[in-house]
Amino acid sequence: MSSETQAGSGSFTSSLGRIYGIYTGGFVAFIILVAILEKAGVPNKILGYMFVGFTILVYAFIGIISRTVQVSEYYVAGRSVPAFYNGMATGADWMSAASFIGMAGSLFLLGYDGLAFVLGWTGGYVLVAVLIAPFLRKFGAYTVPDFLSARYGGNVARFLGVIVLLACSFTYVVAQIFGTGLIAQRFLDMDFTVAVYVGLAGILVCSMLGGMRAVTWTQVAQYIVLIVAYLVPVVILSAQKYGLPIPQLTYGQALQEITALEQSFLQNNLATAATLKPHTTPFLNYSPANYFALILCLMVGTASLPHVLMRYFTTPSVRDARISVAWSLLFIFLLYFTAPAYAAFSKLEVYSTLIGKNLADMPQWVFSWGKLGLVTICGKAAESVQAITAACGAVSGHTGVLRLQDFGINTDVVVISTPEIAGLPYVITGLVAAGGLAAALSTADGLLLAIANALSHDVYYKMIDKNAPTARRLIVSRVLLVIVAVLAAYTASTRPSDILAMVSWAFSLAAGGLFPALVLGIWWKRANSAGAVAGITVGFGLTLFYLVVSRYYPHLGVQYFGMSSLLNPVSGAPLISAENMAKFLADPAIASGPALVTNPLASKVGWFNINNISSALFGLPAGFLAMYVVSMLTAAPSKAMMDFVDACRRPRGGTIMEEKTS
Amino acid sequence: MDSQKEDHHWQSTSKLMLVMMALWLFFSYIIHMFVTPLNGIKIFGFPLGFYMASQGSLIAFVVMLFWFAKAQDKIDRDAGVAEDD
Repeated sequence: MSSETQAGSGSFTSSLGRIYGIYTGGFVAFIILVAILEKAGVPNKILGYMFVGFTILVYAFIGIISRTVQVSEYYVAGRSVPAFYNGMATGADWMSAASFIGMAGSLFLLGYDGLAFVLGWTGGYVLVAVLIAPFLRKFGAYTVPDFLSARYGGNVARFLGVIVLLACSFTYVVAQIFGTGLIAQRFLDMDFTVAVYVGLAGILVCSMLGGMRAVTWTQVAQYIVLIVAYLVPVVILSAQKYGLPIPQLTYGQALQEITALEQSFLQNNLATAATLKPHTTPFLNYSPANYFALILCLMVGTASLPHVLMRYFTTPSVRDARISVAWSLLFIFLLYFTAPAYAAFSKLEVYSTLIGKNLADMPQWVFSWGKLGLVTICGKAAESVQAITAACGAVSGHTGVLRLQDFGINTDVVVISTPEIAGLPYVITGLVAAGGLAAALSTADGLLLAIANALSHDVYYKMIDKNAPTARRLIVSRVLLVIVAVLAAYTASTRPSDILAMVSWAFSLAAGGLFPALVLGIWWKRANSAGAVAGITVGFGLTLFYLVVSRYYPHLGVQYFGMSSLLNPVSGAPLISAENMAKFLADPAIASGPALVTNPLASKVGWFNINNISSALFGLPAGFLAMYVVSMLTAAPSKAMMDFVDACRRPRGGTIMEEKTS
Repeated sequence: MDSQKEDHHWQSTSKLMLVMMALWLFFSYIIHMFVTPLNGIKIFGFPLGFYMASQGSLIAFVVMLFWFAKAQDKIDRDAGVAEDD
């Protein structure tokens, strides 16, 4: 069977360059066509629909021609994806709607401190390449829990692995579908709920028929769309402003201009020292400890997220798995080292054309986003000149000149408004919409597959019916995929307010739950089954406990678990003073759980002044410690298990886990 | 496969792992602990501390991984445990 697959896929892989070359050319031609139609006077709304419709049709087409009835094709794309293309697919898999749309905005708001995300979401790949991925590829797992089960002998570790996987993947996939809805709503004026189900259809048609194989080739196509869409507007903007189309270099000048403007605002009373946070000055939003803790949690989380790790199960060899991680990081790097340029250009635009100007002279883009409530001036949505004049008139001592503290912007606006700020035609806005959609859909595909595979392969096949024939396994897999997808879309359509915050939890949950068991499983032969069970339980449990208590039950955290108010990163004073804390705890409306977002204590308490976004800082060492102590207290693994670990460490000799072929 | 050769392979692999982890630690954390003094140095308008977090460390990570893939492959080949090409 294997030689047949290789012969078949050999001719396919050799023509990949040509296929994706033609595809990229076709995409560029399509952009030009839309640009011509725009000149001809076709309305923007139709152009927007063309962009989204065309790209989704292409993804669906790839999904349909890549359909498969083979188990190994369905789960690991026949292990025939070249390192370079797997790198692209991983890039799309990894970069979500939040990376594409939200990250530049976070950098705009947080300045230097936002770079924790840039560092965390790239540096994690070093851990993936060195500590984990090649060894899992050698083992030949279909899913991450597969490895846990083989290494820690049995279904307890497998089941715990599935629970951690579900906990960190489900909220994440809901957020992607939510992102799809937002993009369609903002760019296309589509109804949010309708958009969510359109997105769902786009996701399902890719992943259901062809599993990993279809998702892989769709993700490569989606990567090309998303990276072109991300780079084009900012490259044009850079060329316009500085005469050099390399934004990553020219934004250094923008940073200098921003710093100069920041100084002049202070001198001219356009900003107060308390509200102005100089863009390049560190640790104004996160204390140093929180900054480095966040980097650690994001990096270790990256190295533990199952939907990322499983991408490296698809390469032809262990060697290719390693090279593939390097390619992945290069493709991810292209976006992440551009995001700070977006942030700087946007900030410069706001600082130079808005702040210090009369309210009557605001540029048009302020109102077009203000109408959606995404730009606020003097605390009110900037819908029109009249609205902002009225809002600022209500502020005592306001002179009618916009000050820094009057201005508010939603993080999503930075990327999606750049084409408009640069005065580019609508075709570029449509392109950005298509890119954001590609980012959301590709990540959702990977996550859904990770969830459905864990349920069908680990729970159904390995734990419930070990004799299930191949055909039935694939049917179960597809049915579960649809069920999970519909459930996720339904959850997204209810617009859960906390969902975006919960995504950042996924990294801590994955880090605390899976990292110790994965790393020690390969690097420490003495690690045994009881140790792994203890490590996963303690690591995941403590991380989840810290998240849930500090977010939803802060009053219990303060009263029973020794938590205290987080501190202001600049002044070091508690966010909630001792007297206020006593007052809040005495108020039954506040001190009864679960706390809503508006609860004054929610996410404002913790241990050692550590934000709950970095909660793996506690779970991770606890998980390692529990695993070490319990392993040492119980019997060493058998000789067979030691040999198994040796085999994982040696690239030569084919996969260890053998799949029955019929 | 004699076990001595295999032990040697794992020793070299572990050593490379430690080198990579040390570099990772340096570019992820140590360099950024000096962000404030580094920000006093300007390159193309970038304060150096800001530049390291926004580009410098990222470039280092990418280069490290390509180098690692090569170095580990050499270790595997020398020990005779590499996969067939």
